[in-house]
Amino acid sequence: MPLMEARHLEYAYAGGARAICGISVSLEPASLTAVIGSNGSGKSTLIRLLAGLLRPTSGEILLDGKPLDAWHPRMRAREIAYMPQATMTVFPFRAIDVVLSGRTPHAPRFGFESDRDRAIAMEALEAAGAAHLAQRSLTALSGGEKQMVILARALAQEPRVLLLDEPAAALDLKHRAEMMRTLARLRDTRGLSVVMITHDLQLTGSLFDRILALRCGELAAQGRPDEILQSGLLGEVYDDPKVRTARIGDQTMVWIDK
Amino acid sequence: MRATLFKAVAILTFVLLVSTAIALAVGSQKIDFATLLSDPVSRTLFFRLRLPRVLMGLTIGASLAVTGASLQALFRNPLADPYTLGISGGGALGASLAIALGWGARVAGVPLVFLASFLGAMLAATLVRGIARTGAVVLPGALLLSGVVVNLVSLAAVLTIQYVADPNSSLQILRWMVGSLDVIGIAPVGYMLVLLVPAWVALLALSRQLNLLAIDEDTATTLGVNVHRCETVVHTLCSLVVGVTVAMGGSIGFVGLIVPHAVRLMFGEDLRVVLPGSLLLGAAFLVLADALGRSALPTGELPVGAITGLLGGPAFLWLLRRRKQYTAM
Repeated sequence: MPLMEARHLEYAYAGGARAICGISVSLEPASLTAVIGSNGSGKSTLIRLLAGLLRPTSGEILLDGKPLDAWHPRMRAREIAYMPQATMTVFPFRAIDVVLSGRTPHAPRFGFESDRDRAIAMEALEAAGAAHLAQRSLTALSGGEKQMVILARALAQEPRVLLLDEPAAALDLKHRAEMMRTLARLRDTRGLSVVMITHDLQLTGSLFDRILALRCGELAAQGRPDEILQSGLLGEVYDDPKVRTARIGDQTMVWIDK
Repeated sequence: MRATLFKAVAILTFVLLVSTAIALAVGSQKIDFATLLSDPVSRTLFFRLRLPRVLMGLTIGASLAVTGASLQALFRNPLADPYTLGISGGGALGASLAIALGWGARVAGVPLVFLASFLGAMLAATLVRGIARTGAVVLPGALLLSGVVVNLVSLAAVLTIQYVADPNSSLQILRWMVGSLDVIGIAPVGYMLVLLVPAWVALLALSRQLNLLAIDEDTATTLGVNVHRCETVVHTLCSLVVGVTVAMGGSIGFVGLIVPHAVRLMFGEDLRVVLPGSLLLGAAFLVLADALGRSALPTGELPVGAITGLLGGPAFLWLLRRRKQYTAM
């Protein structure tokens, strides 16, 4: 049985066109899945549906074979973590406190977090490469630093499914590589299943197990990176016939012809 | 965080006790505490006037501050306070109408002016929520904006009523608008506490959810918070609490805005500390402001709402200069 499964998902925003049309996907444990597609193709909507933030207009999402809606929110929060594209925090919370709040589904309802929770939060900050930011205010951090802290918070949740909406967008090369190494390690050691939206196709070539390519709210293609990263297929996905790819070793180069 | 909570509660309880002692000791009439029980004048003055007034100040101050802290977290907006919901304006309009129409009667022992004020506050809260609702969802931004506009429209209506009312009613409306803790006897405070204490406890019980909401709405949902239910419950509780305080004490500004920020500055952002801290400091701040109002002039007294504004406004601006980390003021 797959860890998570979406069947015939449809979603339309109020008064707007359909954002997701008939998408069916399944997630295996211990896997890294990239979601690619042009802007407005429905990537974030798909992730938000999987996170339970939006309810599908029709179709269903199952976690461990049980509909997402049937899970108690607290129990579901122990299984699925979500990291938004941007976190607009107004109040100057300390980074460590934000990460600690990721322990909420595991902590007693009216109590404070335990020493164990604190240790897990620090571990998560280290894993996200943000241990040095622990005592800083979230509002004083740069976009990339803030993303690292929010990633640490999702890791502190100790989920089985991690849904990431463009986590690498604001990260420099070093931190992007570090983040991918951490995710791959958690996949291998804890069986974590990661779904990550990315525009960095170079990244997807060698590091991901699977790619979902979206186009106009539909699943245009899904498969292994070497199956998806083809000039013709990417040309269709991005609606640009000049997209080119080339395989160099285990890396795939993607560029657009003049 | 547990240690921070204990520290905050210990320090602020001490501040509260000192403030209460000062508030009980000062006033335009000197009370001789040595002869308090034997002298009937002192006894009446203390037990019928001063003690109820201080208790009223504690209750209203705590209520305004704890709702201010809750609403700031709920709306993720450091400028939210009990009055940005439009409740104060609605309450003022209800009371002004009752005063101008000369409704001096009481229903079940409660003056009609209070009832009219409470109803006005509740109507305004319901109206604001209705405007901000889209389907099943209440948009926080729209809630805040419609609250501010309903407040302004209500205040314009109050001004109109004041303009056409007779001078005596007009003066009464003014006194009410500025806010006052005048109360005779301890019973009204008792009634208030019966209504307010359960609401305080409920808000404190929601502090963890509010903490997650203050950071980010989406991740609060994925961490197990039922955001819509939490919003409905907190908004309803705050409307009720502010409705009762506005009906009893009139419009007392700035407590709900400034006190939560002061607690944050001292003890950090965690709502599990900020909410109980605001409850204690709000109570202390209002009784101190009232004590100052009662003793500032050689004869007569200044209304407490004017003192909170005069003290709270500059203090808030000072805080704003010190804390520039707020990104969306």
